[in-house]
Amino acid sequence: MTKEHLLKVLEKGIRYDGRKLTEYRPIKIETNISKSAEGSAKITIGETELIAGVKLGIETPYPDTPNQGNLMVNVELLPMSNSEFEVGPPGDNAVELARVVDRGIRESKAINTKKLCVKEKEKVWSVMIDICTINAAGGLFDAATLGAIAALQSTTMPKLEETTVNYDEKTKEKLPITRDPITVTVYKIGPYLIVDPLPEEEKEADARLTIALTRENTICALQKGGTEPLTTEIIEQMITIAQEKAPQLRKHLK
Amino acid sequence: MTYTKRFDGRGQEDLRPIEAKAGIIPNADGSAMFKIGNTVALAAVYGPRDLRPKFMQNPSTGILRCNYNMMPFSGHGERVRPGGGRRAKEISMIMQKALAPVLNLKEYPNTVVDVFVELPQTDAGTRCAGITAAAIALADAGLEMKDLVSALAVGKVGGTIISDLTYNEEAYEEEGGSTDIPVAIIPSTGEITLLQLDGELTKDELTQALELAKKSAAKIYKVQQEALKARFK
Amino acid sequence: MTETILAAERAICTPGEILATGMGFIPGKGTYRESDNIRAGRLGILSIEGKVLKLTPLSGTYLPKINDRIIGTVCDVLMTGWRMETNSPYSAVMNLKDATAEFIPRGADLTQYFDIGDNVMCKIINVTSQRLVDITTKGPGLRKLEGGRIIKVGPQKIPRIIGKEGSMLAIIKESTGCEIQAGQNGLIWIQGEPEAEIKAAKAIKKIEEEAHKSGLTEKIKTLLQ
Repeated sequence: MTKEHLLKVLEKGIRYDGRKLTEYRPIKIETNISKSAEGSAKITIGETELIAGVKLGIETPYPDTPNQGNLMVNVELLPMSNSEFEVGPPGDNAVELARVVDRGIRESKAINTKKLCVKEKEKVWSVMIDICTINAAGGLFDAATLGAIAALQSTTMPKLEETTVNYDEKTKEKLPITRDPITVTVYKIGPYLIVDPLPEEEKEADARLTIALTRENTICALQKGGTEPLTTEIIEQMITIAQEKAPQLRKHLK
Repeated sequence: MTYTKRFDGRGQEDLRPIEAKAGIIPNADGSAMFKIGNTVALAAVYGPRDLRPKFMQNPSTGILRCNYNMMPFSGHGERVRPGGGRRAKEISMIMQKALAPVLNLKEYPNTVVDVFVELPQTDAGTRCAGITAAAIALADAGLEMKDLVSALAVGKVGGTIISDLTYNEEAYEEEGGSTDIPVAIIPSTGEITLLQLDGELTKDELTQALELAKKSAAKIYKVQQEALKARFK
Repeated sequence: MTETILAAERAICTPGEILATGMGFIPGKGTYRESDNIRAGRLGILSIEGKVLKLTPLSGTYLPKINDRIIGTVCDVLMTGWRMETNSPYSAVMNLKDATAEFIPRGADLTQYFDIGDNVMCKIINVTSQRLVDITTKGPGLRKLEGGRIIKVGPQKIPRIIGKEGSMLAIIKESTGCEIQAGQNGLIWIQGEPEAEIKAAKAIKKIEEEAHKSGLTEKIKTLLQ
C-alpha cells in the first residue's frame, strides 16, 4: 500500500520531500572532526550523517603486493544511528557497504600504495578507514564513499621512528591520494530511477546499482543490489544518471 | 607535591573547556553531544521500546541498557578494534548503574530504554563524558527522571588533587604517579552513582578528591541544563 | 517559612531543577517534592495553576491511554482479530467484534477486512496494568486509511497540530486540499495531490518544531500561502 502511494508521487516527477527524482538532499562535508584519527570527515546528506576516520599503522605487506601499503575499509552501522541496527559484529549490510567503498578506492587506485612501502616484504603503512553511522536515514552508500575520500584527503602521516609509529608527532606529509572516486547509487522503484533515497524509498526499492566513477567519469566499481533483475537498457540509464551526478558530488570535496 | 603546574596550564580545580548539545540525532528518541577538552561523547536513547528476547523483560518496570563504544579511530595511538571487549563491557555495565538511580521506568513494564554512547575522539575521561552525555539524552527523550547525572574524573597527580585528568596526566609517573577516580553524582542530592579508582591515595585524600568532584560536577550540571533548555529555544 | 516560585510560567525546566520552595506549593504532574523543594521530575514546560506546579512534556514515546484515537498499522492477522503496531512499545489487539458490525463466519479470511500493512484510524478501549491494549474501529471517523502517507511527529505535539477544536488542522486541510487524520500516538496520515501532501507535511513539521512558541497560527498561514 505504501509502495502504491510512493509510485503515485514519483509518477509526478517528485519525491516525498519535494525533491526531483535525481536530486540529492543538501550535502555538507566537514574534515578533521576527530583529533584522534590521522584523517577524518563528517558527511551529512539530508538527515543522514556519518563519520569516516583514517588510522595509519605499520604492518607486513601481503605476499602478492610486497612493496605496497595495505588498505582496509570497515563500516560500523552503529545502533545509535537507527532503531533497526543492533549491537554486535558487522552484519551483511555493513559488510557489503564496506566492500563497495573498498572497491571504489582500490580499483581507482585512489591511494598511491607504492609510496606507502617502508621496507619491501617487511614493513608497509596500513591505511585503515572506519566509517561510523551517526544518523542513518537513507543513501548510505554514496555518503560512505564521500566520507572515506574526504577523510583520506585530510590524512597526514604520523612520525615513523624506525619501525614504530609515534602518533603524538604529526608530520606535514599528506597521505598520497591521487584520485577521488565518487559513488552514485541509483535506485529503481517501479519504473522510476532515483538517487539518494529516503528510508521509505529505500525500503520499497526493487533494485539498486552502485556505480563508482573516477574524475574522468570512467567506471571503477559496480554493485547491483535488490531482488529485481535489471535490463542492460536500464543499467545504461543508471550509468548516465551517475555520470551526471558524480561531478556534482565531487564539488563537495576539497 | 611536584605537579603544581598542569600540562595544559589549568588550575588544579579547573575543568577543560566544556560544550554540550541536545538533540543531535534525529532518528533517536533522545540524543546529546558532550565535549570536555579533546574528549567527545555522543549519546543516543531509543525507547522505551519492545524488549527481545522476552525472558529479559521485567513485568513491573522498564529496564535500562547501556552500550559504550569507542569508534575505531578514536583512541590514543593505534586503531581500536571494533566490537568492544572486556573494557567496553565493564564500562557499559557501570554506566547503566550510574544512570539507573535517577530514572523511573515504572510506567513502561516489559520495555527497554537503550542508551548508546559513542566516542569519535578521546583524551581520557571517556566513561564520565559518556554518562554526562547520556543523562542529557535521557532527559531529551522525555523520560521521567528525578535529576540528571553529572560525571567527571578527579584524581591525584604527583601528590596534587586535581579535577578532570587528561591522558598525559593519567600517564604521569613521577612522585607516586597518578590516581584516577571517575565519579558520577546526582547533583540535587550529592549522592554518588559511579565510583572507581585506579592508583593509590589516603582516605583523607579521597575525601578531598570527592569534595572537588562535587564542586566540579556542579559546573558540568549547569552546561547539561543549558543544553537541554537551548534545544527548545 | 518563605515560599518562593523559582521558575517562571512557561519556562523550560530540566530534571532535578528546583521549581519552588515552601510547603505551600503542591507538586503536580511531572514534578516531585523533596523536603522543602518542588523539583522537576522530567524535562518540560512549567505551568502554575494557583498553588499547583505542573510540567508538560516536550518529548517522549507514546504511552497508550484509554479513549485515545490513534493510527495503528496491522502487523499480524490473528485467529479472531488483528494485531497492530501503535508507534509505542506496546502493540494493540483488535477483536473481530470491535472491527465490524458485520457477521463474520468462522474461518473467514480476515485479510479482506484488514490486511498486513494497512493503516487504521482506531480508538483505544482498554489498557491493562501490563499495557495490553484493546482497540476498536467502531465509532465516528474510525476506519481504514486507504492510500496516503504517514508522517511521524512527537506525540505531545499532536494537540498543537490539531489546534483548538481542530482549528490548526482545518487551516492546513483547507489550503492544501488534503485529507488529514492525526492520531494521538504521533502518527499523521495525509492524502492528497503529491505537491499538496508535501506542503501539508512541511506545515505539520513546522508546528512540531515550534509547538511551544506563540503566534504559530499566523506563521502557518503565511507558510501555506
